[in-house]
Amino acid sequence: MNEEKKSSLLAIALAWLIVCIPAAWGVYNTVLNAMKLFH
Amino acid sequence: MAFSFLAPDRAVARPGFSRWLVPPAALAVHLSIGQVYAFSVFKIPLTRLIGITHSAPGDWTQPQVAWIFSFAIGVLGLSAALFGPWLEREGPRKAMAYASALFALGFFISSFGVHLHQLWLVYFGYGIIGGIGLGLGYSAPVATLIRWFPDRPGLATGMAIMGFGGGAMIGSPLGVKLMAFFRTSTNVGVEKTFLVMGAFYLCFMAFGAVLVRVPRPGWKPEGWEPKTTASGMVTTHGVAVGPAFRTPQFWLLWIVLCMNTTAGIGILEQASPMIQDLFGITAIAAGGFVGVLSLFNMAGRFFWSAVSDYIGRKPTFMILLGLAVIGYSILPYTSAAHMNSIGLFVLTAGIMLSIYGAGFSTAPAYLKDLFGTYNIAAIYGRLLTAWSVAGILGPVLVNYMRESQLKHGVDRASAYQLVLHIMVGLLVVGFLCNLLIRAVPEKYWLKSEAPAAAGGH
Repeated sequence: MNEEKKSSLLAIALAWLIVCIPAAWGVYNTVLNAMKLFH
Repeated sequence: MAFSFLAPDRAVARPGFSRWLVPPAALAVHLSIGQVYAFSVFKIPLTRLIGITHSAPGDWTQPQVAWIFSFAIGVLGLSAALFGPWLEREGPRKAMAYASALFALGFFISSFGVHLHQLWLVYFGYGIIGGIGLGLGYSAPVATLIRWFPDRPGLATGMAIMGFGGGAMIGSPLGVKLMAFFRTSTNVGVEKTFLVMGAFYLCFMAFGAVLVRVPRPGWKPEGWEPKTTASGMVTTHGVAVGPAFRTPQFWLLWIVLCMNTTAGIGILEQASPMIQDLFGITAIAAGGFVGVLSLFNMAGRFFWSAVSDYIGRKPTFMILLGLAVIGYSILPYTSAAHMNSIGLFVLTAGIMLSIYGAGFSTAPAYLKDLFGTYNIAAIYGRLLTAWSVAGILGPVLVNYMRESQLKHGVDRASAYQLVLHIMVGLLVVGFLCNLLIRAVPEKYWLKSEAPAAAGGH
């Protein structure tokens, strides 16, 4: 009997989204700050 | 009953569980605890709790406030080392859940300390309680990812530890924006900011603890077969934490990490004043330079560690430390008094910071190669004491040497030269230690790899 149930792609994408949104916000703010060096 | 969810056996992955759900769990924790590197945004406000717009009599001083960060980093290394065996026994879910509770509690106690204007409560809260949370939260996700990605351990550790670098990028603007939101004419807003940040990180880290799983015994990635014979530095056997601690390999790698971290902190500590002294730019532009360094630091953690999966850990560290020796040597000569190339200075410093970050992310994969995954969390915890030592050594060396140079009449721009040359010396020591690392001899291997509880197998 095969009881193996694969993790859904949607769950994987959602998990990545939850951590990527704040990370992207942080990187965006850092890039904005870094731009001051070139002004 | 709710605590049974934290039991080690409840965190074992069911068949079909995707390992790609584990990196977000690790990132949730590392992106949170990486906030510690953004603690400096509270430095000035904490010295103005009474005076609000300026430091008034009775306000805490900057050196007093600086100890909060030092306590947190020091306790991080100590708790990772002390609780490593516990983590192996209880598994990553319990460790990550405790880490989230302790890190958040640290913020809450500190908020209370700010409310009462009792500095010792902030030391105790953020520094000690939060610091223990940092130590548990730092090593548990890394050790878990190594077990899920035996085929790409460098990539796996790079993902998690890149998150730690990225954590400061979230923590810094979050802290600044929250303080601006809560600020009134009679309050700098730190107290409420600590409460909100504690609650935010509690939820975010708890998400990681709920999501994390350990592979079931005997699991391996599809299509991947572990090597049955040792090749080069990569062992096919586990080594327990006790014997691993007694090997020259452990201590050589400890020195490599300590030297690389000391040199990196040397630049981080002086980044803003250094570029202002060498090129005469404004403090605002220098803040931008610190931002550029943060990006290189974060990218280096992922890039170099992923590269190490292809070229091997020892060659990677040879490249890293060799490049660092060249970079630190030329850095002072890019100044306005010599080449006058700010572009070359920024690029070189950025690469040096990517090497600093790479040391953290590649070292755990190096440990996995040398000692296997059996006690990886405990061994890694002990290796992290190198970071604690570097955290003291780096700033002390840089500040002491620079002050001594200035006292002897050396001008501000030239005072960096000796400091950077000392860093080159440290990096050469690290390079030589890396060269001396050999595969761990058979006498240290486990005779039979009895499955350790949830964490260790």
